[in-house]
Amino acid sequence: MSRLAICLLMIWVMTAGSAHAQKQGGVLRVTHRDNPPSASIHEEATISTDMPFMSVFNNLVVFDPDSAQNRLDRIVPDLATSWKYSDDDRTLTFQLRDGVKWHDGKPFTSADVKCTWDMVSGKVDGHMRKNPRKTWWFNIKEITTNGPLEVAFHLTDPQPSLLVMLAGGFSPVYPCHVPATQMRTHPIGTGPFRFVEFKQNESIRLERNPDYWKKGRPYLDGIEYTIIPNRSTAVLALEAGKMDMNITGELTPELVKDVQAQVPSMQCLLQPSNTQGNLLVNRERPPFDNADIRRAMVLSIDRKAFSDILGQGTYNIGGAMLAPPEGQWGWTPEFMATVPGYGADVEKSREKGREIMRGLGYGPDKMLELKVSTRNIPDYRDASVILIDHLKSVYIKAELEPLDSAVWYARLARKDFSVGMNVQGTGIDDPDVQFFENYLCGSERNYTSYCNPELEKLYHQQSQMKDMEARKKLVWEIDRKLQEDGARPVVYQQKGGTCWWPQVKGLKLAVNSIYNHWRFEDVWLDR
Amino acid sequence: MLSYLIRRLLLMVVTLFGVSIAIFLLLRIVPGNIADILFDSAGLIDPAEKQKIVADLGLDKSWPIQYAQWIGGLFRGDLGFSYVSEKPVIDEILPRIPITARLAGLALLFAVCTGVPLGVISAVRQNTWLDYVLRVVSLSGLSMPSFWLGLLILMAFVHYFGTIPIYDREPASFWAWLQMLVIPAAAVGFRSSALIMRLTRSSMLEVLRQDYVRTARSKGLSEGAVTFNHALRNAVLPVITTIGVETAFLMGGLIVTETVFNIPGVARFLVEAIRWRDYPMVQNLVMFIALVVVTVNLIVDLAYMLVDPRIRYGQ
Repeated sequence: MSRLAICLLMIWVMTAGSAHAQKQGGVLRVTHRDNPPSASIHEEATISTDMPFMSVFNNLVVFDPDSAQNRLDRIVPDLATSWKYSDDDRTLTFQLRDGVKWHDGKPFTSADVKCTWDMVSGKVDGHMRKNPRKTWWFNIKEITTNGPLEVAFHLTDPQPSLLVMLAGGFSPVYPCHVPATQMRTHPIGTGPFRFVEFKQNESIRLERNPDYWKKGRPYLDGIEYTIIPNRSTAVLALEAGKMDMNITGELTPELVKDVQAQVPSMQCLLQPSNTQGNLLVNRERPPFDNADIRRAMVLSIDRKAFSDILGQGTYNIGGAMLAPPEGQWGWTPEFMATVPGYGADVEKSREKGREIMRGLGYGPDKMLELKVSTRNIPDYRDASVILIDHLKSVYIKAELEPLDSAVWYARLARKDFSVGMNVQGTGIDDPDVQFFENYLCGSERNYTSYCNPELEKLYHQQSQMKDMEARKKLVWEIDRKLQEDGARPVVYQQKGGTCWWPQVKGLKLAVNSIYNHWRFEDVWLDR
Repeated sequence: MLSYLIRRLLLMVVTLFGVSIAIFLLLRIVPGNIADILFDSAGLIDPAEKQKIVADLGLDKSWPIQYAQWIGGLFRGDLGFSYVSEKPVIDEILPRIPITARLAGLALLFAVCTGVPLGVISAVRQNTWLDYVLRVVSLSGLSMPSFWLGLLILMAFVHYFGTIPIYDREPASFWAWLQMLVIPAAAVGFRSSALIMRLTRSSMLEVLRQDYVRTARSKGLSEGAVTFNHALRNAVLPVITTIGVETAFLMGGLIVTETVFNIPGVARFLVEAIRWRDYPMVQNLVMFIALVVVTVNLIVDLAYMLVDPRIRYGQ
């Protein structure tokens, strides 16, 4: 049985019984890891904002909560009742749900959809402090409305993945009449839960929306997130039954084991966190402008060692796209074995790396000295230490340079680093999101300034393809080229654990995204 | 006495002015600002958008102007807005002060109520098994980090009682409320208690050997009267000084304890505000803490007079 089938079965077993005998009432208590920067999902790129506030909103469309894998063919209506592409696939028209009201009583209309995407695509100034996913909407030419219940997205080119991006937790519809400042502190949505209170560094409280357009939902009276920054305290609070579940993906594989050992009845799922550790090499700074040196560095990496040390062997190994069985677009193991540096024989790869370095005049007596810069937080630091050890195998003597978070991105912006270890997430398991956000010439998150015009044409080509199997093959080739070029070599794909008590019913997590299944409208408490 | 009080109050103002300069400069010398942190959380590096935030928050103005705006606001009772929550600083700080004040007060009470009597017992029973036990306890208190002790307490509660004494906005019972306050207070007050215990012991040992104590005994006074009325009253002065100093040190302990026991007080909030480079929040919180510390020290100095009638200020 494939690993995906096992995952699906596991989720089905965990959620079995949720289809009947649901109980109304109760407040779901969730541990939260830190203070969200704000309550505005469109302005943030962190699960700390996405998870607690997703249930305040609705999207136009949403990933089918019954499907463990978020994918294009499993998208269901939300505020849109139906959608249709024009014959040339350049216009996507949505019919909207009638009678939906915002939490402040005002009616939801097509104007809200238009102003939301006019704002996030940068066509109008919505007074947001940040717009982290502007690149997602590069293909939107114009948005038009036809009455209050019809809205059309006019695209420059056909883009099947637009629906995928609209279905993600990071794409809620915002109300036109509420200013951005208020959305950061007191968000108004149409979702199953209404915002009650956000106390900095303390808690977030949501209450049931009695006027929710989906009759009979939600079952819960409310959700309370308690911000517990100390991970040990959070785990103990969960084990003591003070909390019903933890914020998703926050537990390490080791902690998941510990929680299940302490409380055998606890339900836990270890899932990819859409976060990957990758190597940043400043290709503008000598000697790293030499592609051979970059290649030698990539050949020194033993990806399995990263997984074994950091994730007790649970982390996925792959390229830019999330590896199967959880990921939809990642390489198969057979394909991966053909990518340089990904073969099983690490020593052979390292020998090739040493050969390159010897050719450049380096050797055991003349090692290349450099600093590995990284954020001074455990996830980054631990990975950097392993990387430094691996680099030694190709005559590179590296020193760790831990940086305060406030300094890290400023240094990246100034390109003031030689080599960096980065941990980075993407909102959705989709090639458009990954390539356009991180590898496009000049995109904001393209920290290494990798720019390959030929490859860029392929990004656009795959984006327009409707045949998913053919698209997947092209995506694999693009990903191979990215790794071969050392654009931002992916070292590991992280996993994180979510645990909840058996009394929490109806909870359905996705295996390829931690960002998307947090509407909580089908969740109920059996206590 | 009055002139002494006026002098001390003036000194307080000078101290607070110095603190305001120090915290203002330190915050700006530390690399990074709120725009860096906000963009860090979104993984973005666009300098133009970042500059817009910097300008919106007035961080592009010169330091003297920023300082004058802050201090001017303080005098008008306007503490400004938090960069992160975008709410008035006063609204963020005020609800947290009672939580920390209660915890700090209880921790000090615990430290004094256990430290002084146990120190006296340790001195009176010098070199007995009880003295040895108490010395081991006090040494443990001084050497155990409070975060470690806090976590041990939490783990023990979860393991043995199936509950956890972390902060709860609406405690289920009086017992839960008591647990929630007393246990963290004991955890944070343990170190101070140990210090007071050792100080009281050594101070008492010195006083118990004085001639006037021998005289009191020879007059036929009971051992209790000798110990508490004659010895302790003279031995307690250094302990009072320590309480003043410990109030400042307590803040450090509170940061850790509030984090481990998840108490939404001022100390934990301050650390978060520093991490976010939330200047208005940090500046005003530090000023508040400085005010508390200098006030407590003034009270301690005045308390000397009550304990020892020989001390008269301004004469």
